Amino acid sequence: MSRTGTAETNYLNAQHGLKSWLLTLDHKRIGLLYLMGVSFFFLLGGIFALLIRLELLTPQGDLVQPDTYNRLFSMHGIMMVFFFLIPAIPGVLGNFLIPIMIGTRDVAFPRLNLASWYIFMAGGSITLLGVLAGGVDTGWTFYPPYSSLYSATNVLTVGIGVFVNGFSSILTGLNFMVTIHRMRAPGMTWFRLPLFVWGHYATSFINVLGTPVIAITLLLLVLERAFHLGIFDATKGGDPVLFQHLFWFYSHPAVYIMILPSMAVISELIAAFTRKRVFGYHFVAFSSIGIAVLGFLVWGHHMFVSGQSVYAGTAFSLLTMLVAIPSAIKVFNWSFTLYQGSVSFDTPMLYALGFIGLFMIGGLTGVFLGTLGFDIHVHDTYFVVAHFHYVMVGGTIMGYLGGLHYWWPKITGRTYPEFWGRMSAMLVFVGFNLTFFPQFLLGYMGMPRRYHAYPEEWQVLNVLSTAGASVLGLGFLLPLGYLLWSLKYGKLAGKNPWGAKGLEWTTDSPPPTENFRDAPVVSEEAYDYAGAGHGDGGAPAPARAH
Amino acid sequence: MSHGHSSALAHHFDSLEQQREASTLGMWLFLVQEVMFFGGLFMTYMLYRWRDPEAFAAGSHDLNITLGLLNTVVLIASSLTMAMAVHSAQTSRRRPLIGYLTATGVLGLAFLVVKYFEYSAKWEHHLVPGPLFHFSEPAIGGRAEVFFSLYFAMTGMHALHMVIGIALLAWILRGAVRGRFDASYYNPVENFGLYWHFVDIVWIFLFPMLYLIGRHYHGGA
Amino acid sequence: MPFKIPFMPEQASSMAGEVDALTLYLVAMASFFTVLVAAMVIYFAIRYRRRSPDEVGGSFDNSALLEITWTVIPVLIVLFTFVWGARVAFRLYRPPADAVQYYVTGKQWMWKTQHPTGQREINELHVPLGQPVKLLMTSEDVIHSFFVPAFRVKADVLPGRYTSLWFTPTKTGRFHLFCAEYCGAEHSRMIGWVTVMEPEEYQAWLASVPTQGSPTAAGERLFAQLACHTCHQDAAGAKGPALGGLYGRPVALADGRTVLADESYLRESILNPAAKVVAGYEAVMPSFQGQVSEEGILELINYVKSLPAGGSASVAAASEGAL
Repeated sequence: MSRTGTAETNYLNAQHGLKSWLLTLDHKRIGLLYLMGVSFFFLLGGIFALLIRLELLTPQGDLVQPDTYNRLFSMHGIMMVFFFLIPAIPGVLGNFLIPIMIGTRDVAFPRLNLASWYIFMAGGSITLLGVLAGGVDTGWTFYPPYSSLYSATNVLTVGIGVFVNGFSSILTGLNFMVTIHRMRAPGMTWFRLPLFVWGHYATSFINVLGTPVIAITLLLLVLERAFHLGIFDATKGGDPVLFQHLFWFYSHPAVYIMILPSMAVISELIAAFTRKRVFGYHFVAFSSIGIAVLGFLVWGHHMFVSGQSVYAGTAFSLLTMLVAIPSAIKVFNWSFTLYQGSVSFDTPMLYALGFIGLFMIGGLTGVFLGTLGFDIHVHDTYFVVAHFHYVMVGGTIMGYLGGLHYWWPKITGRTYPEFWGRMSAMLVFVGFNLTFFPQFLLGYMGMPRRYHAYPEEWQVLNVLSTAGASVLGLGFLLPLGYLLWSLKYGKLAGKNPWGAKGLEWTTDSPPPTENFRDAPVVSEEAYDYAGAGHGDGGAPAPARAH
Repeated sequence: MSHGHSSALAHHFDSLEQQREASTLGMWLFLVQEVMFFGGLFMTYMLYRWRDPEAFAAGSHDLNITLGLLNTVVLIASSLTMAMAVHSAQTSRRRPLIGYLTATGVLGLAFLVVKYFEYSAKWEHHLVPGPLFHFSEPAIGGRAEVFFSLYFAMTGMHALHMVIGIALLAWILRGAVRGRFDASYYNPVENFGLYWHFVDIVWIFLFPMLYLIGRHYHGGA
Repeated sequence: MPFKIPFMPEQASSMAGEVDALTLYLVAMASFFTVLVAAMVIYFAIRYRRRSPDEVGGSFDNSALLEITWTVIPVLIVLFTFVWGARVAFRLYRPPADAVQYYVTGKQWMWKTQHPTGQREINELHVPLGQPVKLLMTSEDVIHSFFVPAFRVKADVLPGRYTSLWFTPTKTGRFHLFCAEYCGAEHSRMIGWVTVMEPEEYQAWLASVPTQGSPTAAGERLFAQLACHTCHQDAAGAKGPALGGLYGRPVALADGRTVLADESYLRESILNPAAKVVAGYEAVMPSFQGQVSEEGILELINYVKSLPAGGSASVAAASEGAL
């Protein structure tokens, strides 16, 4: 019996040896290479986060030097944003699933796909060199003139590392868009695509159009710092606020790069664990595109107090309100999918339900921040920190973990222990809220961000937050344990352990290298649970009585 | 799915046509992101020019219009030879294809040689931004440094794309010499042509923006 | 508000109540929808839980009516929110006409404030109760941000530019001042206090602090010391334009543009005069970059603002006296 337990060859055992992995052109293996990479950076970023929360247990800055603390939060942000949140779901799940979901053998440009991973690892390695040399203390936002003229840290190294990494996003986005446009199986029309694919298509749109702008921005910053050009230096006729415009022109759409893939996963989870077509399929699909387009128009809401005119602020505020609408539409549609569904509470569904609640809070507090009169008070306070952690952890990471659990049987051919899965999901949910809800309160009371020392009256809330972080950390570590354990000891999974719809569940677990033994031809709508029995064959399943 | 296809067909595509459409779409998407990349530089240029038009005119006046114009002609000619190369590939004419590709490469190299002369002159005249920068006109002085920073950033980035283009051209030329391209398979030549034309178009914008705005600058008065 | 709402700072400015009202509305609105959706999800999840392993869901999967409803209602709500937020913001941006101008310079890692009567403070600002205060701020190095939670105001403080904020204190006491834009190693310690006092106490306090006189008077001395009056006279053939009555007026430049003579224009004219040459004059003014500090620039600006139209005669007299 092979390692994976199936008698036939699959993508995992088709070839052996390190070279067959490092030179692979198989999108599924590349997905696993990304899994290694992003997991490493997530762990590193997580360690920095724990150190931050430890320092904040006490009002005085007494655990680490101020300078060290500044490097900790900067590197936490850089690792998490650029080397985990942006690449994780597209790199791991997108790569693995998109060709299978559309019924084809691979992505449009397999060599480019492998190159994207190497570029990601190269950017990460350069940045890691920067970390070993002491990191940067500029914040992940690199604002000049501090970053260009005053910081004595490794801005050049880390800046170049992030710059290089950007090309990985661009090429992956390009690859996905061409794949989705040109390689769908016969019968797979646009509106039969799983919403996972729509979400990644919208993400790719942003990756291709937005990432080049951060590339040129970081390049200009690196040149400015190295050669003292003066482009962002007020004493030379330059303008540091220009950097903010250029930076946020990408970095706002970037948050949609982080959330859209997670929303894409949630659509799949909701459908699978209610055994019902996602409510309002077309509205959800078009909302993804709407978020991607509108997301390019709102960057100024990061700069309401930066010195830009109140009229510009008003325009950005209005547009920010509008970009919230497609997200709201999605949340309502997901929620309503449960009506007359057949709801089961497996681990992936726990993550999906948790996502809905946490994303609501995160998204709504985003609307708060887009409200001009409110933002002036809370800008650059812990309110903002709480908001973005609600959407990035409560949103993106919940979706990532949910998706990882849902497709784990397909990817590895093994099932994970459901008890531990549910336990971790609940620990993550509880730990997360305990960590970050107090931060909304701290922010409104006036605690600024990036402070390692604070007035004594805020200690209780900080202690609660740190306690939550420990629970959250445990919740993240457990899957590392039991998922690895399942590779050897997990029960073997069949083709379709969840009884779900979708082309990926019609092929073996793990799939063969060419994905399908017989090329699929599609004749049914997405999530066609209520239709006559398809897929695994057999009589139509008993439908829920109205 | 037929397997009686030409060796040019990659295994994950079903037909040469699908492969061709995919790679063409891929090249267009790549060029779109290049527009966004240069776009950041163009936005920065426009903002600072609006803020200090006089300094920009003075800086521009110091650029060598003759060499700039020469380079413009060289690049436009190279786009012509590139278009002819694509046409040769489409009509299976191998010798003209090799000829036109070579001509394109030579013109590209000529562009870079002229750029080298321009940059060295800037270095000698203390117009490279940094600690040694010194603009001779006292009324403008340090205000011109932003102009020259953008000059070097924009033309430098463009020149880098030219270098990459010439390297890719060498690879395409190698394929042409080996007879890989004909009427049934010329897509790589065509896609490379798109890239080359794009780099040319960037220069068409750079030339007037950087070189021509200072034509009537009188300075000082 | 008569009582302190938990998790909200004291309301110590005229705008604090408005900002808090907006906040309470936002919290109520968000709580309503969060509870609504959570309740709906929990109810559906339990009511429709899977009862047999092969069970599938029903076929009701779209409704134009529902989509329109849950699109239109959120749009109306966010538009309402936007309008309310914008109105509060405009009031936060526009100081009352009688606001008294104070000066703030941020630098790593301290706040230097100055009263209109010339008293200086470090990391502190004393102000009288009930008087509108406008802060004109700049940075000597990196970007900082002046934040007083109790007043609900904040504005970034930039190098090379002036930014401002205003408030009217409505409560006496000591209120936290924080730097709210990361600025390097001691960012967490770039903090201080704004102290609001009864007007008589404030006057007494002012009198007790030694000062070199008002910024305007200091500016007048600096004007003479730097020999600005050599060119800037209200006479025919003068090398530089007259400065009396200049502040706040449009200025026609040599290149055809027209700009407003605000603080930023005056500052630029001192440091980078050739950038904006006034129509009808030559570009002969030297730059004073490096010769005058940010505080000196503020003093000069104060002085220029104080000059009445056609008041250069007093300029010559004063400078003669100073020499």
